[in-house]
Amino acid sequence: MTGRSRWWLLSAVTAVVITAATVYGVGEWRRYQALQAAPSSVDVIEGPALTGPRVLFRNTSVGNEYGLVAAVPLDDPGAPRTISDLECDRVDATSDRTVCLRTDRGVVTTFEATIYGADGTRESSSPLPGIPSRTRLSENSRLVATTAFVTGHSYLAVGFSTETVVTDIAAGTSANIEEFDFEVDGRPVTSPDRNMWGVTFATDDNTFFATAASGGRTWLVKGDLAARTLVAVTEGAECPALSPDESRIAYKKKTVSGGTAEWAVAILDVASGTEIVLPGDRSVDDQAEWLDDSTVLYGLPRIDAVGDNDIWAVAADGTSDPVLFIEHAWSPAVVRGG
Amino acid sequence: MYISLNDRPDDLQPPRSGARARVSSVVITLGIVSMLTDVSSESVSAILPLYITGVIGLSTVAYGFLDGIYQGISALVRIAAGWAADRGGQPKWIAFFGYGLSAVARIGLLFATGFAALTAVITVDRLGKGIRTAPRDALISASSDVGNLGRSFGTHRMLDTIGAALGPLIAFVILFLIPDGYSTVFVVSLAFALIGVALLGLVVPNIRPTARPTEERPSAPRFRWKQLTDPRLRRLLVAAGLLGLLTIGDGFLYLLLQTRGAFAAEWFPLLYVGTNLTFLALAIPAGRLADRVGRARVFVVGHLALLAAYVVAALPANGAPLTIACLLLLGVFYAATDGILAALASQFTPPEARATGIAAAQTVVALARLIASTTFGLLWFLYGSQTAVIGVAVALALVIPIVALLLRRPTLNRAGV
Repeated sequence: MTGRSRWWLLSAVTAVVITAATVYGVGEWRRYQALQAAPSSVDVIEGPALTGPRVLFRNTSVGNEYGLVAAVPLDDPGAPRTISDLECDRVDATSDRTVCLRTDRGVVTTFEATIYGADGTRESSSPLPGIPSRTRLSENSRLVATTAFVTGHSYLAVGFSTETVVTDIAAGTSANIEEFDFEVDGRPVTSPDRNMWGVTFATDDNTFFATAASGGRTWLVKGDLAARTLVAVTEGAECPALSPDESRIAYKKKTVSGGTAEWAVAILDVASGTEIVLPGDRSVDDQAEWLDDSTVLYGLPRIDAVGDNDIWAVAADGTSDPVLFIEHAWSPAVVRGG
Repeated sequence: MYISLNDRPDDLQPPRSGARARVSSVVITLGIVSMLTDVSSESVSAILPLYITGVIGLSTVAYGFLDGIYQGISALVRIAAGWAADRGGQPKWIAFFGYGLSAVARIGLLFATGFAALTAVITVDRLGKGIRTAPRDALISASSDVGNLGRSFGTHRMLDTIGAALGPLIAFVILFLIPDGYSTVFVVSLAFALIGVALLGLVVPNIRPTARPTEERPSAPRFRWKQLTDPRLRRLLVAAGLLGLLTIGDGFLYLLLQTRGAFAAEWFPLLYVGTNLTFLALAIPAGRLADRVGRARVFVVGHLALLAAYVVAALPANGAPLTIACLLLLGVFYAATDGILAALASQFTPPEARATGIAAAQTVVALARLIASTTFGLLWFLYGSQTAVIGVAVALALVIPIVALLLRRPTLNRAGV
């Protein structure tokens, strides 16, 4: 091949490749625009925000309301959803406050946690070090916990790390629970690869449960905010959720180790220490939420659509299979009062 | 004590066309190939955590374990590819194979749906990177004058880093316009990779590095492991290894900065941008300086910048100026060491064994840094982050003079100098 024909070939290859990529990109952009203009694929009620006992969640039905926080009445989860204008990756709420973890996309993509009052006013906001993971409010809205991945720009640069911060809204103080004293079987663990995530609060606004990991092992830990301590309760339990009556803890339990981890939802009876693994044939990677003292909710990705999920409900005594609770939804938050 | 670090190339061999020899068009073309490939790989790296957690629905827990495995494989592959490039005398086509493999991995990305598939795709991509680096650096070295090796490698690394800076930018612009447009990012990434491979395949000549114009010899000199016994190369490997053992990953420094101040915490996802911008701005000046005052000298000074970065990170104070200073120092460190190491390895290896020599130096550094990260994790555990950084800084302060001695020009006391 002569020098000139090589340049012609290069120009031709470049032109074809750029054209193909542009055509694809423009096609995708138009698809997204059409999606944005299209109404939601689920039933939606227009109107004022829902009040009273309700389930809040992130709406993941494709359409112009994708990613917005929606609500359905607690006693009628199949009812059409009321959509708010709040966009969150993870959300938790009580009748007094809502906490929202969000990705602010842009040329410079950043992440933040924002707390809203009952009337929707923005109370405070703080930056997160990476992709939002979990968030929980305490029952009387005083404490808020946020977990985010500390990934930087490249997952290969840092590996897996999380940052979990507990904020006392009334006192105006924050604590990174990774700095708490952590012990397993009476021995302190001070390894730098410690990671903590997935907090759930007790009603005393001091006790909490969370996940701690070190050296490839994970533990369910009981935390004391005032004493700044974490004590391992049991091993292999992640993302705990304390039942409203505080008698049981739901968590995800690793069932297959190795490359592709699989998790099942399990329930620990705090008093007796007995564990029940709940039925369900799909791996659950979510922090459960108690619907009431006998049912837990969790999200599962839809197999047929990327970025879309459903919320499932399962009896906490392990007597029945999970059932679909809310379609096209993620990150459930049960608001009992108000 | 006066330490002579005089390894000025013009003492070894006068440059062919004066001290200001131009950077070869081959080097610039290879730089553009790397730039396109880096746009391709970094655009994907930047959004992969979002894609994995948001779309595939896996928690990030799943991929932490990959890191060590891939680093080890990459190091082995690198040596093998360097050897193959020397042995077969086809550095261009070995490099082409490496770039091609990464481009093929991009196609795989369009179809990967689960974690296992994604892992396979990333592994193939990293293998491609391991394969291409040393043969490409051998090509750069073969198409440069001895007198401007530093500048050539500096030019290449600048173009490479521009790609690394542009990639995430392009990816996030696409996601800004099309929030669920991950497949568009993958397609655009593939497009950049394909153009890069085409540019390499069609335009870059397969330069067989030869020592001197062949004097009626039908076959070029063969590669032999014995050709890697230059004591200067051995000393370079020891020096680079020692320094590599004290080079903790950027990630650790960023984490340390992040725990210190609100500024670093807020901008944590973007700290690497500051380092990259400094690197690309200083790559050519550092290379030219190395050609003028001696590559080993600049290499050692680069590690002084790393030492300064450790000190800044360990300071009890915090705030925006210190964070920015730390990022700038890291950028200076990369500009003064990354390309210069390849230039030094080239300088100390005969042309027939050049790709292997460069691969050896880069592998030593990669493995030493892997050990450094692991050891540093242990130190962090035993003594706390701040003490650990101070400890590594003290060790680095002790090792730098030793390295300076090691890399001192070996032929001292030449008459008439």
